Amino acid sequence: MELINALVAVTNYVIIPATAYGAQLALGALGVTLIYSILRFSNFAHGDTMAFGTGVVILITWGFQAMGISFGPLPTALLALPFGIAVTAALMLGTDKVVYQYYRKVRAAPVVMVMVSVGVMFVMNALTRFLIGVDQINFDDGTRFVINARQWRDMTGLHEPLTLRSTQVITVVTAIITVAALFWFLGKTRTGKSMRAFSDNEDLALLSGIDPNKVVAVTWIITGALATIAGTLYGLDKSFKAFTYFQLLLPIFASAIVGGIGNPVGAIAGGFVISFSEVGLTYAWKKVATYLVPSWEPDGLVQLLSTDYKYAVSFTILILVLIFKPTGLFKGKIV
Amino acid sequence: MSSNRQAGETSSIRAPLFFAIMAALILLEGFTSGWNSALGILNMGLLSAIMALGVNMQWGYAGLFNAGAMGFLALGGLAPVLISMPPTSGAFSGGGPGIMAAFFVAIVAVLAAVWIWRNLRGKTRGLAVTAVLIVGFFTYRWLFDPAVEVIEAINPSAQGNLGGLGLPTLISWPVGAVLAAGAAWLVGKTALGLRSDYLAIATLGIAEIIVAILKNEQWLDRGVLNVNGIPRPWPVPYEIDLQNSPDFVAQMQAWGLDPQLGSTIAVKLAFLVLFVIVILALIWLTEMSLKSPWGRMMRAIRDNEISAAAMGKNVTRRHLQIFVLGSAVIGLAGAMMISLDGQMTPTSYNPLRYTFLILVMVIVGGSGNNWGSILGGVLIWYVWVKAGDWGPDIMGALAAPFPDGGLKDHLIQSAPHMRMLVMGIILLMVLRFSPRGLLPEK
Repeated sequence: MELINALVAVTNYVIIPATAYGAQLALGALGVTLIYSILRFSNFAHGDTMAFGTGVVILITWGFQAMGISFGPLPTALLALPFGIAVTAALMLGTDKVVYQYYRKVRAAPVVMVMVSVGVMFVMNALTRFLIGVDQINFDDGTRFVINARQWRDMTGLHEPLTLRSTQVITVVTAIITVAALFWFLGKTRTGKSMRAFSDNEDLALLSGIDPNKVVAVTWIITGALATIAGTLYGLDKSFKAFTYFQLLLPIFASAIVGGIGNPVGAIAGGFVISFSEVGLTYAWKKVATYLVPSWEPDGLVQLLSTDYKYAVSFTILILVLIFKPTGLFKGKIV
Repeated sequence: MSSNRQAGETSSIRAPLFFAIMAALILLEGFTSGWNSALGILNMGLLSAIMALGVNMQWGYAGLFNAGAMGFLALGGLAPVLISMPPTSGAFSGGGPGIMAAFFVAIVAVLAAVWIWRNLRGKTRGLAVTAVLIVGFFTYRWLFDPAVEVIEAINPSAQGNLGGLGLPTLISWPVGAVLAAGAAWLVGKTALGLRSDYLAIATLGIAEIIVAILKNEQWLDRGVLNVNGIPRPWPVPYEIDLQNSPDFVAQMQAWGLDPQLGSTIAVKLAFLVLFVIVILALIWLTEMSLKSPWGRMMRAIRDNEISAAAMGKNVTRRHLQIFVLGSAVIGLAGAMMISLDGQMTPTSYNPLRYTFLILVMVIVGGSGNNWGSILGGVLIWYVWVKAGDWGPDIMGALAAPFPDGGLKDHLIQSAPHMRMLVMGIILLMVLRFSPRGLLPEK
């Protein structure tokens, strides 16, 4: 019995939150890794792209709410999501036209592209602030729980509670659909295949008549979509704050590099490695410990690391990967 | 990068002209908004210029992208707290041994793990390393936690931290540089020699962590409770002492100045003199080193790593060297900034302001040119401050035709964010149309 209670506690406080967070990180890391493999630079503006996309979704959600449109038990933001994706993708295409295109033409060094993305980051940051401000915003208006603590107790009779929030289920389901669609696109469609060819060998792809402008445009559209979805899911699950999204840049980069930058499967695996380590190391294990070893009365929280240091977890994993396996878990590309 | 580094013909009056414009802007500020404001902008601008000098060594001399200047700056700022604050009585005797022992255990555990990794082979290696690290971690926490409790219990409303050594503030400046250099060595050792943007990502991470440590480790710097009353460096007086000194008041009255205003200006001027001395010394050192064979080697590595490596230069070692030196300069600026402010507020470290704005300064001033960094530092700081002031006015004028209500209020409220937009556009414009900056490298 105590063992089951311990398992329930671990599921409730570690496995469920880490899975949702991991799915959000994976979507973010997919965006970074796509830009990396097609345009060959680390996009520092990605966190702010997520913030911008989410900001647009929130505004449209408010619009829908004012018009009385709702999505039943699901959050209205999901209805607004396609519109948010369209706006963000348009902004990405515009940014590419105005900013990045020139540097591709002159074949600028990757580190110059990174610097350019810092400039874009400033502008996106300002746009998000103009659009929605800097305050924390909760925009989840759907049903809160799939299973709440009382239902769980009635169902199982266990005294350790388990709750499953609907945003966590929505996150995982949306992420699975998005990833499936992305892999289908990359694997089966002509455009997707030309993107992979372009990523593997740019010169050869150009020689075989692949239109680079089309590949780049599609990449930006997909990146805008992934960033908006990731940002909206994160915002629904936790809350929206522009600065938090900027800070997500570190775990997202870490996920992409841990998995092997440029490798989509790696980005997903990396997202879960980072999220499970982060949640596992910052969770206070006291409850689980008392279930497993009833005679032991720990005086602390049995927390390995304070939650204030959650970014240290991403960083440490990042450093370990850089030292021992710079290509990442799944072979990424190293330029 | 090499494509935009060709030495071009630049007019010899270019640099004096830009510096004259900068001086004119500061003078204008003095005549319109008062000398306190003008000297305030100039002092902070010069501090930013020192940070920019450090970042310029990394980006301009070596093409290394440091996305964590904020971290090295914050770490440098720890030095005045630990060196020049008066000691907390009882803290060092109570918690000092525990903390020292904990750090000793941590270092021994890491060294042991490294030694095992290098000397063992096979399956036992991974297990042994993990075991050593786990045992080390728990021993560390077992020693560390009670010591921290003892320190944080001492007079928590005003102290509750380790306190300083009570040494003169000027000593803390080089110590700040050493602290930042140490952190930079650790990061550079792991991230250099890999892809160029891995360093950027690693430094982004270390900066977040350093600031998180400063925010949370109360025993060290009181965390979010801030440390106030950090002593000023040696020749800089306190306003209140000046106002109480009959000689100073008489002198001010002889010049027809209000003694109170005079005292604040005198303090700012004293800081200004100190900062100018540091900047001139740094410029002299950096210019000399750039002219030396070492400087030529650095430029050769930056412009073509492969041929420099073929000439027998150890590119990674040189990159590590310049990265550590640049970070030390940033740390120095961090310590100076804390002694200018007189307080340590870890929550005020914001990556946009202290990392990315500094990059804008370097690039706008002219990557690779030290004088350009000085110009960029002061000029961009001026624009940053002024964009915050002008933003609401401009926005008010733009929003005037709209009817009163939600949209207009929203536009006017969002005006302070104008500075982000301005900085982004300036950076993008310079990178696109004038990648060598205002004062191109010779």
